Amino acid sequence: MKPLSSFRRNRVAGPILVVAALFTIGTAFGVASALPSAQTSITTGTSTLVSQGKELFLRGCSSCHGLHAEGGSIAPSLIGVGSAAVDFQVGTGRMPMADMSQQAMQKKPLYNPQETAALAAYVASLAPGPSSVTNESLTYERDGNSALGGQLFRTNCAMCHNFAGQGGALTNGKYAPSLMGVEPKNIYEAMITGPQSMPKFTDATITPQQKLSIIKWLQAANHEQNQGGASLGRVGPVTEGLLGWVLGLGLLIGAAVWLAMKAK
Amino acid sequence: MKTSQRAAGATANYVDERTGAAKWLKKNLTKVFPDHWSFMLGEVALYSFIILLLTGTFLTFWFDPSQREVIYNGSYMPLSGLHMSAAYDSTLRLSFDVRGGLLMRQIHHWSALIFMSAIVAHLFRVFFTGAFRKPREFNWLIGVGLLTFGIVEGFLGYSLPDDLLSGTGIRIAEAILQAIPVVGSYLSFFAFGGAFPGTAFIPRIFIVHVLLLPGLFLALITIHLMLVWYQKHTQYPGPGRTEKNVVGYPLMPVYMAKAGGFFFVVFGVTAFLGAVASINPIWLVGPYTPGQISAGSQPDWYMGWLDGLVRAAPPIETHAFGHTISWNILIPGLILPGILFTGMALYPFIESWFTGDKREHHLLDRPRNAPNRTALGVTSIVFILITIVNGGNDIIATHFHLTINGIMWFTRIGLFVIPPIAFVITKRVCLSLQRSDRDLVLHGRETGRLVMMPNGEMVEVHEPISDAKKWTLTQHQRPEALPAPLPESATVGLKGKLRARMNRAHATQIPAPTLTDLKELGEGHH
Repeated sequence: MKPLSSFRRNRVAGPILVVAALFTIGTAFGVASALPSAQTSITTGTSTLVSQGKELFLRGCSSCHGLHAEGGSIAPSLIGVGSAAVDFQVGTGRMPMADMSQQAMQKKPLYNPQETAALAAYVASLAPGPSSVTNESLTYERDGNSALGGQLFRTNCAMCHNFAGQGGALTNGKYAPSLMGVEPKNIYEAMITGPQSMPKFTDATITPQQKLSIIKWLQAANHEQNQGGASLGRVGPVTEGLLGWVLGLGLLIGAAVWLAMKAK
Repeated sequence: MKTSQRAAGATANYVDERTGAAKWLKKNLTKVFPDHWSFMLGEVALYSFIILLLTGTFLTFWFDPSQREVIYNGSYMPLSGLHMSAAYDSTLRLSFDVRGGLLMRQIHHWSALIFMSAIVAHLFRVFFTGAFRKPREFNWLIGVGLLTFGIVEGFLGYSLPDDLLSGTGIRIAEAILQAIPVVGSYLSFFAFGGAFPGTAFIPRIFIVHVLLLPGLFLALITIHLMLVWYQKHTQYPGPGRTEKNVVGYPLMPVYMAKAGGFFFVVFGVTAFLGAVASINPIWLVGPYTPGQISAGSQPDWYMGWLDGLVRAAPPIETHAFGHTISWNILIPGLILPGILFTGMALYPFIESWFTGDKREHHLLDRPRNAPNRTALGVTSIVFILITIVNGGNDIIATHFHLTINGIMWFTRIGLFVIPPIAFVITKRVCLSLQRSDRDLVLHGRETGRLVMMPNGEMVEVHEPISDAKKWTLTQHQRPEALPAPLPESATVGLKGKLRARMNRAHATQIPAPTLTDLKELGEGHH
């Protein structure tokens, strides 16, 4: 009889096998849990950023947005708004709000880029939402089509932001801000998050490619030469009429008075 | 005689023998016109019209009034490859690919704005000085006609390039047309040759813009000027100026040189604006598509009041017998402008009715001496200004950090409250100015020199004003209150009472200094 088969029939074989199995699984688990130790450090990095963000959030934002970003009577919930919304609102200085006026105004950002990133990471960790982008990741120069962008802009944006992106009035003191000098990433983030009165333009409504076209057109509009002379604010006939009366007729009445004086 | 003189004489003689022009010219070249800067406002309008004809003709060489769809491949890259109408495409080419085209377009548009503002300024000069009184009522009516056609002509020009802004304007015009009860939609279909926007509208308004209305302008301006010629120009009061004479300078050479020079001043100012200030940059606005609209879409200023009225209207509609009546468009867009323009056209007849004044007037009123009329004029200016402010409410809201709703409510209430206040204030100011005139005549000019009398009293020395000035300040005729001389039957009934009341309001005057006043003061100027 071979030694192995006699051992198999031994009565201690069962318990030994159980112990060996447990040992193997335990070791495997140990090795397996030891393996992602490199990954753990990354997670720890994010969680540090998240915890930093959480700390900043509790100090600077929670009085309005709630301790768990669940929102309150004066501020919306931030669960699911994603890092794009935070990067836009905090990065352009709109948040925290200076006062409870109709709409958060763009101003000098209160948080530096790193703090903004921490806040964004914290809010993103609450629930999935649109992620923030960088100017470098937006390849609008290569992938955008300016003429198409202009058409999309006039169809979707001009009714509030004016034909040349100069901004316009909304109801009750709200307004669509001027888009001149706005960073490409902020335009992109505004489109995917729909800040304040702005509707959200999902990738189904306007594809990322089309968004890049809009950005390309806007960048061109930023640098548009004043072909016909002074631009008068690019807001249409209101300033034209004002100039026509004040400078046009003003100069002519001045000339008429001068001519009438000459006759005396 | 030099050969050149002999040649000129022979030519003149040749023409005269065949036309008899010499006699006519001799009479008319020496015609005298009074001189004042405010008489040149109408001239600004006339010269702007000539500039509009010249630049407009240039523009027609390249403009293609068609709504045929084309693909743009001109030199303005941001619109490259887009589908657009031939009208918009040709305006782009005119702006970017025709030498001097953009300058001509801009001069044309600035000239149109100045044309309209000069007409309005001229109208108010005529109104405030009472120049519309007998025998000039017809010329007032022609002027109102020119203003009305000017608004239409300007709007059509604004609509021709078929850019996003002009298409929006046409859309609003269509809405106003449709707001006419019962026949509105039929009229709209007739005007557009079918549904909006169709392909017929731009070719149609092009012909109206470049042929029909300019022809009408030429005819009306000719009659307007012929009447000025025939009735002679009014003059401001002054020593030696009466209802029967005209004091001024002859047409040849003074006004030939002056008016000729002024034409070039007007052309110069318009060309200057066209060269330095962008107007209607259609390439930024983009081609018209019914699905698009821009924030801050406004008409040119002379339509701004109409837009402001429509923007102020609360959304009221009635549905009756299968028809919708949009009061929010019908009242501010058609009924109110109709009342305003009818009232303006009829004003000379209304004033003559309640003052009972049927005399001819060639001497102008100083505005302060007709307080009621001046107050009415200021009231209408204030009314129109409020509506224009509301027409630009979105631009004002964004640039002055106001709320658009606030401006709208300001307009809704202000339109009823502010003009009456302006009326009262203006009337009081006019009467105060009359008092000041009376004081000036009776007591002379304050010199600012203080003299101490032997008893220690301090007095300011007044200097008498010249007799000529005294004449100017006291010559005007006081309107006599109508009710007294009229038979009682003329002042009874609602109409009679209204007439009497308006007459009394119009007759409010500070009594002019009389000879007795002067004698009482004697030499005792203080």
